[in-house]
Amino acid sequence: MRAGTSLLEADGLVRRYAMRRGVFGREVEVRAVDRVSLRLERGRTLGLVGESGCGKSTAGRLVLGMEAPDEGSVSFDGKLLPPPRSAAWRAQRARMQMVFQDPLGALDRRLPIGAQVSEPLEIHGIGTPSERAGRVETLLRDVGLRPDQATRYPHELSGGQRQRAVLARALATSPDLLVCDEPISALDVSIQAQVLNLLVELQERFGTAMLFVSHDLRAVRQVSHRVAVMYLGRIIEEGEPDAVLHDPAHPYARALVSSIPHPGRGGQRIVLQGDPPNPADRPSGCSFHPRCPVASALCARESPALKPRPGDGRLVACHVAQGEVPAGSGLPELRKAA
Amino acid sequence: MSAPAPLVELRGLRVAFDGQAALRGIDLSVAPGEAVGMVGESGCGKSVTWLAALGLLPGRAEISGSVRLGGAELLGAPAAVLEKVRGGRIAMIFQDPASSLNPVHRLGRQVMEALRLHRGMSGAPARAEAKRLLDQVGIPDAARRLDAYPHELSGGQNQRVMIAIALAGRPELLVADEPTTALDVTIQAQILDLLQSLRRDTGMALVLISHDLGVVADACEKVAVMYAGRIVEQAPTSRLFAQPTHPYTRGLLGALPPIDGPRRRLLAIPGGVPEPWAMPPGCAFAPRCPQRLAACDAGTPPAVPLDRAHHAACIRATVAPAIAERLSA
Amino acid sequence: MLRFLAVRVLRAALTIALVVTFAFVVLRLSGDPAQIIMGADAPPEAVDAFRTAWGLDRPVWEQYFHYFGAILSGDLGRSMRDGRDAIVLVLERIPATLALTLPALAVKLALGIPAGVYAALHRNSLADRMVMVVAVAGFTVPSFVLGLLLVLVFAVQFGWLPSGGQESWKHAILPVVTLGFGGAAVLARFTRSAMLEVLGQPYIRTASAKGVPWRAVVTGHALPNAAIPTVTIIGFMVGSLIAGAVVVESVFSWPGVGRLLVVAVANRDLAVVQCILLLVAATMVMANLVVDLLYGLLDPRLRNQPRAAGGL
Repeated sequence: MRAGTSLLEADGLVRRYAMRRGVFGREVEVRAVDRVSLRLERGRTLGLVGESGCGKSTAGRLVLGMEAPDEGSVSFDGKLLPPPRSAAWRAQRARMQMVFQDPLGALDRRLPIGAQVSEPLEIHGIGTPSERAGRVETLLRDVGLRPDQATRYPHELSGGQRQRAVLARALATSPDLLVCDEPISALDVSIQAQVLNLLVELQERFGTAMLFVSHDLRAVRQVSHRVAVMYLGRIIEEGEPDAVLHDPAHPYARALVSSIPHPGRGGQRIVLQGDPPNPADRPSGCSFHPRCPVASALCARESPALKPRPGDGRLVACHVAQGEVPAGSGLPELRKAA
Repeated sequence: MSAPAPLVELRGLRVAFDGQAALRGIDLSVAPGEAVGMVGESGCGKSVTWLAALGLLPGRAEISGSVRLGGAELLGAPAAVLEKVRGGRIAMIFQDPASSLNPVHRLGRQVMEALRLHRGMSGAPARAEAKRLLDQVGIPDAARRLDAYPHELSGGQNQRVMIAIALAGRPELLVADEPTTALDVTIQAQILDLLQSLRRDTGMALVLISHDLGVVADACEKVAVMYAGRIVEQAPTSRLFAQPTHPYTRGLLGALPPIDGPRRRLLAIPGGVPEPWAMPPGCAFAPRCPQRLAACDAGTPPAVPLDRAHHAACIRATVAPAIAERLSA
Repeated sequence: MLRFLAVRVLRAALTIALVVTFAFVVLRLSGDPAQIIMGADAPPEAVDAFRTAWGLDRPVWEQYFHYFGAILSGDLGRSMRDGRDAIVLVLERIPATLALTLPALAVKLALGIPAGVYAALHRNSLADRMVMVVAVAGFTVPSFVLGLLLVLVFAVQFGWLPSGGQESWKHAILPVVTLGFGGAAVLARFTRSAMLEVLGQPYIRTASAKGVPWRAVVTGHALPNAAIPTVTIIGFMVGSLIAGAVVVESVFSWPGVGRLLVVAVANRDLAVVQCILLLVAATMVMANLVVDLLYGLLDPRLRNQPRAAGGL
């Protein structure tokens, strides 16, 4: 293994689902993830941003190997991921963990949290029973819980405390990679801040790499070293968080950034027309063109590739942003009979 | 002072469920055409306030205080009066649009029900007006949508329909309870934009309830911050963000990850919102407050006027802001 | 739509076939019809002759195919007891059974649904608790116990009503009450929970917030939604119009299909039993089919919409 290989390399991931429209409809193929490539270095955080239906959660599952991609591959630490649910894959769990949105659903109602934090240690045969007890105590302290809370049940804890317990369990085996899928959306604002601070701190202490999947651009900026914006299964822009946030290249990213509600923001908000599209009903060419304020004819015909733009090398998938075509004035596509 | 007579005035509004206080004394007024934001985290009572005002709480709720609409008292008013007010003078829209619409009624019928109740319209004119309302809120292909069912539309579109239903009665005040929380951020921008333009067109007042300070900042002229059943700070929007006085308001602002500037550790208020049965004796925020004094536990602090229209319920606010800053440094 | 119906009909046919097969197998395993019908002290040659006459000496699978073939051509066999066509015997009895089960169904609906709705609207009140207690009693007490108790009280003790037989309309009162009460109890409980579930939904609050008067909220907004799950139970009740009264008919000596079934089973009168079972299965299956169609009518979310209107 060459030094300097990324911890996680995902290339050209494609994930398709077959969906039937109504009981009699034809089968339609839905591309939840459409040729997504990601790279994550040790100890760094990649933020994956997008709205519902963009495929970011599916991408997170593919990266962990919970689902096998239909095309493309995922390599972790230089080696291909084993197929899901195989013994080799289960052994890998010690090195890569996931944190979900709903902490109550992620925890077993019947077990006290101490037992749940200790479970990964038992599964992977780490340490002797007494060593495990000590480790559980350390973990609880690391996430800001008190060791005496180990005997509590999930329903006896607050939302923020539950999410901390979930984090403690995820960190039990000292994983190299943590995939967080909307870890703070279900929490109050002040608790969100606590958990974000905690994630940053844990990364600094333990060097865990993170894939932070969220629709909240503010939270993503707070914890990420790099940001990728997804739309309808594709990454349409990627770069440093401040670069993407303050000077977004892609029209969708611009609209997304300008929709962030923020106190004291001046200026006009870019308001997109229409609804996020149905992945089962993909527009032709660039999937964003029906809602794009600067779309031109080329955009309806050809799907743009994600590549560095001339000038500053920002990765963006847009004909207009790449300078291939002058900005149009939008194409109010005659929507198919909706 | 030539302030216009308030459209709605809440005075000392208190609500309790089974002896546990959910609202512990709310004083708020909404002027005609004004946009007021109400911000707070879970359990602060921001929704309960307006549900109580409209008489939408379950019968076992113990409500006291005063809610005046243009001078007439709403609390304890007979059902017939309240039914006229709901939708006719004060309309309310809720958080989850998909389940806030009746799944077995067509959309047109749901809009026309409001038209029938408050404007006595029926038949073809009602249908035409319903179509016009759907157009006004930006539903494409409105004529056909009248015959559609809620599950056939997206969340954003359902929320627009809810707004259309709310507008049908030509209300003077629209209370929007977390209208965009369940929606994507770009759709949220659309809905907030729509609310703004509707306000301009109809001159109606707006109460926007949210847990997101940013959402409220854009849309509202005045903001009330709530915590554990009380309003802890109230001010014109720009002033609230320029000079947040109550420690909780400061905490909420500090908890928002910044969009620009260096990435700093977020100001995370320690602990959590107290449960209704475990309310601290004095100021409800005291246990979590970085500026706590012994006197904070003595009693709930009254709202201190700091400036015209700026109140903060904090005993530290009695001292001039500059001195208070030095003390907490 | 056609495919929808075709699938359902096919499934129905399969269900009926399975029911009949099951009855066929069980009945033959449980004793020798020839012996039972002829009597214990009939001479063996007579029993054998009986067997041959009825084809009972042929191999089982041959009897099965013969029977199935006969059904498909409309011949449902003959009663081994009195030689008449099984179907005729059964059809004769249907009016008597319906004379009980139809009024009982009316009682169940008229009593159960309003009680359930009232209980839901006045949750945790005294009335609600009383309705629930009575409902639980209603469906835990077996129908024959209830029937016998009613007989004891009204026929024996007070002599107001007759205890059995089918002579006058008065004879129908106790059996109808027995049948109706249990079903009303089930329906009340079910309706109550369906209503409570619906009343807790956000759209009810929206309706109130629109200014809809409470009565209109209940009848126009809540009931149509609560009807959807309730229809399932009512479907069952309709499906058991023919066979639901077996116990009650026996207790009250009412000459309906249920009584016929009991006697036929005791006698291993195969054709009659199979005929009744066929009828019962068909009725149940039809009722379910109607319920399925009603769902589509009541709940627009279940109708087949071939297009999604954008957004997920």
